Amino acid sequence: MIVGEQKPIAEIKAMVAPYNKVLILGCGTCVKTCFAGGEDEAAVLTSALRLAFKKDGKNIEIETQTIERQCEDGFIKESAAAVSRNEAVLSLACGAGVQDMARRFPVTPVLPGVNTTFIGVLEKQGLFTEECLGCGHCELAVFGGVCPVTRCSKKLLNGPCGGSRDGKCEISPDTDCAWQLIIARLTALGQMDNLRTYIPPKDWRTSHAGGPRKLVREDHII
Amino acid sequence: MNSTSISGLQQVLEGGDFAVTAECGPPRGANTQVVQKKGELLRGNVDAVNVTDNQTAIVRMSSIAASASLLQMGLEPVMQMVCRDRNRIALQSDILGAYALGLRNILCLSGDHQSFGSQPDSMNVFDIDSMNLIRMVRTMRDDGLDMSGFKLDQAPRMFIGAAANPFADPFEYRVIRLAKKIEAGADFIQTQCIYNMDRFKEWMHMAREEGLTEKVYILAGVTPLKSVGMARFMDSKVAGMDIPEETIQRMASVPKENAAAEGIKICLETIAELRDIQGVSGIHLMAIEWEEKVAEIIEAANLLPRPAF
Repeated sequence: MIVGEQKPIAEIKAMVAPYNKVLILGCGTCVKTCFAGGEDEAAVLTSALRLAFKKDGKNIEIETQTIERQCEDGFIKESAAAVSRNEAVLSLACGAGVQDMARRFPVTPVLPGVNTTFIGVLEKQGLFTEECLGCGHCELAVFGGVCPVTRCSKKLLNGPCGGSRDGKCEISPDTDCAWQLIIARLTALGQMDNLRTYIPPKDWRTSHAGGPRKLVREDHII
Repeated sequence: MNSTSISGLQQVLEGGDFAVTAECGPPRGANTQVVQKKGELLRGNVDAVNVTDNQTAIVRMSSIAASASLLQMGLEPVMQMVCRDRNRIALQSDILGAYALGLRNILCLSGDHQSFGSQPDSMNVFDIDSMNLIRMVRTMRDDGLDMSGFKLDQAPRMFIGAAANPFADPFEYRVIRLAKKIEAGADFIQTQCIYNMDRFKEWMHMAREEGLTEKVYILAGVTPLKSVGMARFMDSKVAGMDIPEETIQRMASVPKENAAAEGIKICLETIAELRDIQGVSGIHLMAIEWEEKVAEIIEAANLLPRPAF
């Protein structure tokens, strides 16, 4: 999923302060799963903002709604009526949702209430970890299902650097060494030979390095 | 100079002499006199001077410029180059430029992560890894081609070095990685500082078993300890460093004013032991901001005079 984290209340407050009527719009898919911008978070944030503005003696009208996904036009439409009643939208979606909303409502300010952090998983309760960089050319088969492009701090393709110690990365004792994980996994799979061969430099054209990406599906074009 | 040798360092190693190289960290400023002063302290005591490339991710005078400065003084530089700060375009361009300036030795490294340095808010590059870099330099040298396959009008002929850390994990992969670096094109290897001799010997044994010492010159890394504080700091804070507790205790057991002398004594014992290990072709002495001690250590280790080339 796309993992996000709600922005600090002070930053959100400063963003919405110029407006008198604001729609807080939750997103019911990824950011809901990571407790950053779903229905519950939208409700809590609404109360917190109302309180914060009341304390300042400012009367601000806040409406709250949550739609299934802010990155899909069919769902975005469901927010159209609420958007039209307000001066601005505080979107709790990821960056893609914020931008899709902005595209749909060209004269309404759409503000980000969430910092989009990464594509990751819930490794255990309260811990989300980054697993995929979206490089556009998946080579997980070679690395036993552990991605060195994402999970090695130096994106090394040909084995661990000299900073790997006790299974941890040199940048932090809280960060697993991806190469330790790759070697453990390939050993278990009996595929260590994968690591004896030279892996050539990555072709980054499929990644963001090639510029903003588009995926055209001719078979879906009507 | 042997006409087939690319560099003076290569000539020393091919000549079978136990090689001695030292380290020179460029200054955090534009003053070339700092480089020249360090160079003078090393002159005549070492075969080559290894010039670091923004080590620990702290901005310093570029490795190429400091190496060129040493070259002008008649010293033999080994230019370090890391993948952290340059993409493949810049790496190739800098290698061409370095060769044009007269540099003939390169040490190919991934580079310390920028989170260690003074500007942790910077973006890193890591377009290619050190393995790819080694192969890239070899292809430029031997085939005269850049990474796009374009025929260079003059190939940069570099004597290619790589790093190895026998003390990092996972240990069982360390020799496989060494083999890969040799296969990619490494002519010489410079190891991490050696304090854990047992582990180093085991790694060398594995390397010999794989026939790797026949294919590459191994320069064993040594760093004299100045104090017990330095030993503890290096062991706990410097990535990839392994200092056994007994070495730390030995540094702690002497009065503070004798600690530096004890550190040098340990260093000399290490060098003596390294000279007896089959497959070790020399030492790389990293006297960190302690270049004035290099001459003393090399002399006390009976490694003077150095061969002429």
